[in-house]
Amino acid sequence: MLDYVLPRYRVERDEALCIQCGVCERQCSNGVHDVDTELGKCFEKHSACVNCQRCVTMCPTGALTITRWPQVDNGTNNWNLEAQQEIAKQSQTGSVRLGSMGNPKPYPIYWDRLLLNASQVTNPSIDPLREPMETRVFLGSRPTVIKVNETTKTVETKMPPQLKLDVPVMFSAMSFGSISLNAQKALAIAARELGTYFNTGEGGLHRDLEQFGANCITQVASGRFGVDPHYLNAGSCIEIKIGQGAKPGIGGHLPGSKINAEVSRTRMIPEGTDAISPAPHHDIYSIEDLRQLIFSLKEATRYSKPIAVKIAAVHNVAAIASGCARAGADIIVVDGFRGGTGAAPIRTRDNVGIPLELALAAIDQRLRDEGIRSTVSVVAAGSVRHAADVVKAIALGADATYIASAAIIAFGCHQCQSCSSGTCNWGIATQRPDLTKRLNPEIAAERVINLVRAWNHEIQEIMGGMGINSIDSLRGNRLMLRGIGLSEKELQILGVQHAGE
Amino acid sequence: MKKIYSIPELCINCGRCEVACKTAHSKSKNPVKAYKYESCPAPRIRVEGTNDFSFASNCRHCAKPLCVEACIAGAMQKDPETGVVFVDERRCVGCGTCVVTCPFGAVHVEQTAIKCDLCGSCQGQPGNPSCVAACPNRALVYVESEDE
Repeated sequence: MLDYVLPRYRVERDEALCIQCGVCERQCSNGVHDVDTELGKCFEKHSACVNCQRCVTMCPTGALTITRWPQVDNGTNNWNLEAQQEIAKQSQTGSVRLGSMGNPKPYPIYWDRLLLNASQVTNPSIDPLREPMETRVFLGSRPTVIKVNETTKTVETKMPPQLKLDVPVMFSAMSFGSISLNAQKALAIAARELGTYFNTGEGGLHRDLEQFGANCITQVASGRFGVDPHYLNAGSCIEIKIGQGAKPGIGGHLPGSKINAEVSRTRMIPEGTDAISPAPHHDIYSIEDLRQLIFSLKEATRYSKPIAVKIAAVHNVAAIASGCARAGADIIVVDGFRGGTGAAPIRTRDNVGIPLELALAAIDQRLRDEGIRSTVSVVAAGSVRHAADVVKAIALGADATYIASAAIIAFGCHQCQSCSSGTCNWGIATQRPDLTKRLNPEIAAERVINLVRAWNHEIQEIMGGMGINSIDSLRGNRLMLRGIGLSEKELQILGVQHAGE
Repeated sequence: MKKIYSIPELCINCGRCEVACKTAHSKSKNPVKAYKYESCPAPRIRVEGTNDFSFASNCRHCAKPLCVEACIAGAMQKDPETGVVFVDERRCVGCGTCVVTCPFGAVHVEQTAIKCDLCGSCQGQPGNPSCVAACPNRALVYVESEDE
């Protein structure tokens, strides 16, 4: 059949700079480059390019640039090139279109419509380089009353199990199988160094990473991959994954080609078989069922670990979060629709779910209205891009944030959204040994440690400007936020005033 | 002495070390000029293998270098102080005996013998190897050798 699909990108090679060293050819797993030294010419297969920018970054002379395919559409806003190309692909293959990473559509990004406050005259700002600035966060349930023995100066109330974070940022779930072991290892090293946590995702905990248990959140998802009592007790917290922001309401499918010996052993499934996570947990059809699972996990770990429940941001997320809190969750993770994934049906990714910012504000408000906010911690996930997003998330009511896309971008990911192909040139979303070795966990860990440390400095700087010296004073402090260019309704949901008010 | 070691588990067969080597030994120190306009010698480091298994190979600066022993002109020498094996280009006659004796294939001849000089500023002196600095995956390390 004649292929109606056009290339998406065009590789531009500056012949004046190209030295025909062949780095691009050897580094491209998609076979885009052909450096013919006999002819002394280079040829590009533009249609194979996914714009991962590996060649652009690796080229020693900076001779390469990726541009959009110059084909124009027919000027219609409705049947634009993208819409037509989607039809071309589906009419050729008859298959559900798969994509990766979070919702890429131009929906409003509320982080960019929120402005932060700073102190002037009436309350002094604080210099974080001169004065202590607390960014430590504890996640988990909190007792309603704390009894303190004044004479011995000790807390008598038995504290529920909590996670201690030195920075208000954790690494969200990316399973071994969807990402390489080197990538997960880098996150584990970084989590230990930063005093925070990485999340195994639903793919089990590789035996090499058990040493990082004190900085590990183990996930239990609908596929139950790699779950046994040893796994449940290996980490510091257990997260029940109900939903994922990128694909609320649907499960997952890791193709058999990615289930090599190590992934098979870690996931406890036969080598080469597809790892299919059902859409629902087949034992959870109500809040009561969720409560049963939460307490089963608490029993299995002798009440020594907090239990988190991760839900996707959907339309009635506040009520769902309230239900999760009442079901016994110690931590609620809310994942917005810009949160990443290794693979999701494009139609779901682009059209299902709501922005994290609105969901987070609604959940925090609902839990406060119901007087149960202090019984549970809230973690915001789903595209936290920089320190200001972290600050805004905390001011909207989050206890901490989860980052994953930002962390893998620090590894080298260029958001080409081709994770599902399994040919990640950066060695992140692949199991091919020739590609996974491109991610040296030592370098990757250093980069992500640098990133989070830089963010933490910026968070301290911004908090200092507000005259706040502890992240606890920022949490849910929406007076520190003002909306800009937002409607009355949006402001109401976010619980913030408009700039100038 | 400090030597350059290649770690095959981390080598990604990109070949940036080769480009860095040739550039560092060019007149302009510019990769484009070095490759396209200058007549500078081929890289002294070479990536062997394929994407599945590769490693960069260059002079081992052996404790008892066969190339030095075999050199008919006394051009190939080992600095007694630094341990760096180097070519005195004024003496070299380009006979290629070093090439056939080197068990690592680390020497080649372009009029005179060409081999790794550890990017030193003068003969027999080690410097900061450009290949190590250029390796994007830390597959090349420049560390104290254990075998001497």
